[in-house]
Amino acid sequence: MSRLEQRFAALNAAGRKALIPFITAGDPYPEFTVPLLHEMVKAGADVIELGVPFSDPMADGPVIQRASERALEHHVGLRKVLDMVAAFRRDDEKTPIVLMGYLNPIEIMGYENFANAAARVGVDGVLTVDLPPEEAEDCVSLLKARNIDQIFLLAPNSDAKRVELMDKVGSGYLYYVSLKGVTGAGHLNTQDVEQKLAMIKQHTRLPVGVGFGVKDAKTAKILAEIADGVVVGSALISKIEANQDDPEQARSEIIELLSSMRQAMDSDA
Amino acid sequence: MTEHYNMPDERGHFGPYGGIFVAETLMPAINELNEAYQKYMQDAEFQRELDADLQHYVGRPSPLYYAKRWSEALGGAQIYLKREDLNHTGAHKVNNTVGQALLAKRMGKKRIIAETGAGQHGVATATVAARLGLECVVYMGAVDVERQALNVYRMKLLGATVVPVESGSRTLKDALNEALRDWVTNIDDTFYIIGTVAGPHPYPAMVRDFQTVIGREAKQQCLDMTGRLPDALVACVGGGSNAIGLFYPFIDDASVKMYGVEAAGDGVETGRHSAPLCAGKPGVLHGNRTYLMADEDGEIIETHSISAGLDYPGVGPEHAWLKDTGRAEYVNITDDEALEGFHALTRMEGIIPALESSHAMAYAMKLAPTMSSEQIMIVNLSGRGDKDMHTMAQREGIKL
Repeated sequence: MSRLEQRFAALNAAGRKALIPFITAGDPYPEFTVPLLHEMVKAGADVIELGVPFSDPMADGPVIQRASERALEHHVGLRKVLDMVAAFRRDDEKTPIVLMGYLNPIEIMGYENFANAAARVGVDGVLTVDLPPEEAEDCVSLLKARNIDQIFLLAPNSDAKRVELMDKVGSGYLYYVSLKGVTGAGHLNTQDVEQKLAMIKQHTRLPVGVGFGVKDAKTAKILAEIADGVVVGSALISKIEANQDDPEQARSEIIELLSSMRQAMDSDA
Repeated sequence: MTEHYNMPDERGHFGPYGGIFVAETLMPAINELNEAYQKYMQDAEFQRELDADLQHYVGRPSPLYYAKRWSEALGGAQIYLKREDLNHTGAHKVNNTVGQALLAKRMGKKRIIAETGAGQHGVATATVAARLGLECVVYMGAVDVERQALNVYRMKLLGATVVPVESGSRTLKDALNEALRDWVTNIDDTFYIIGTVAGPHPYPAMVRDFQTVIGREAKQQCLDMTGRLPDALVACVGGGSNAIGLFYPFIDDASVKMYGVEAAGDGVETGRHSAPLCAGKPGVLHGNRTYLMADEDGEIIETHSISAGLDYPGVGPEHAWLKDTGRAEYVNITDDEALEGFHALTRMEGIIPALESSHAMAYAMKLAPTMSSEQIMIVNLSGRGDKDMHTMAQREGIKL
């Protein structure tokens, strides 16, 4: 069993839902990231999605684009992100880490080199935004052989056939992006999400996390009632952006928001 | 080649290149587009309408012009210019936008978006959108907005909204990123007209199919004028749409050599260039696998060229395949050499070429003297130079 499967199985047994924060590695500077990962775990994160900065983040909105640009100013690319995971693993052997980013850095490193490096430092999942299941076979088989899950995105316009394809090719969990558009856009219609999740669940055995548009504890709670996990990204990164002169303030606001989400998701009220 | 060239496969692969590498939100739109493209390329009524538009609106066929004086001066091959500069809007780009706009109309899309570098594709898109009464939004890097002010004004006159893109290097690649973001967000009513043979399948094949009118005409015109096939084809390559449009109908004719000319900017050895086929490596960007300019972490490197239309870190996947198989050869021309080509054609033949096309002219000047006077070369004059007057004057210290 992969670390992700173990984590979701344990959550399921405890009747809890996964809180999945996303941050961009190296934003606003490289040394900020690993301590923040540990604090997010303390605040109740079950799985962490760690963004690999990319020069051309085509599927991301302005908030995550700018996070990427801030990290790239410090030359944080795939190799440095892998180093960060290794550093995190020295003090945390349990919390699954999913690298989220674009395909080109992995292509340039080479699939096999990447799979080896990811396994060595303790990466548990890889979510590559621009790698649909049709093109993913080579990468997936190398990762699977090393007990690393390939996570796929589902969109509001994905039909049952595509859910089944991702269920077949992917593992770990599926990530349902609940809005059309780029990350951090608009607001969420929870009724639509509920209907869509019901359809998705009919066609997959994998846990389903929901993200795109989760801004506060209230939304997190509503989504936790209908999904297996809640992903929060742009809302956290906005805290970094708003406090660029004061990273400590950013850190405490991120932790505060995550803690409030955790509390809301675990409460019966 | 005895075997008939038949690329790409049904999922858009040219060997290891091409394919569909996009976010899941775009997959249904890509599939919808692919179905429409497959259907209408076989549809006689669609083809009739397209042919009529190319003839009466674009002004096709474009002439194949024998550059006698220039050929004699260079003392080698006989040079023929395919006059895409004489098309409506002044470049080959309109061949494709007319086709995709007809497709958008058939698919019931009300809103057109496009990316543009030099502004030629933006103008060609705004033009067809105006004609069909469709809303049009053009994304353009802020750097390009500045260096191609004339084309920005033309697009606005045509009723398009031009959005300057401030992210990344603020050039063509960033305009493409922003157009993709728009498409993801407005997928139901929006048709994305990509201007070159890049992007996810079916774009590289579809844009090629709309541009092959260049090569089909050139082949027939060459046979009519000289009684034989050319020995060499020369075209500039940014994304590579004018080049593939000329090359494609000749791919099975093994005796015809093909030269794609990339922009070497300050020189390939300086790192300040836009020549991924000459100095890049395979990777994935903007929906397809192809040669790219990237650093060791796979981050895309900023490109440089005097010509905004060639200032792009990737290249169409079919060119990557033609390079690997050796069917076409890819060379490069610096900014300074391109300017020599620009002046030579202007003074020898009275034709002012676009800076993009000037790269092809400059390579023709190198290649022609190495060939015999019995041999024939077709150079694609992909666009006219009016849009570049400002850049040229600035470069030569002249105030207009």
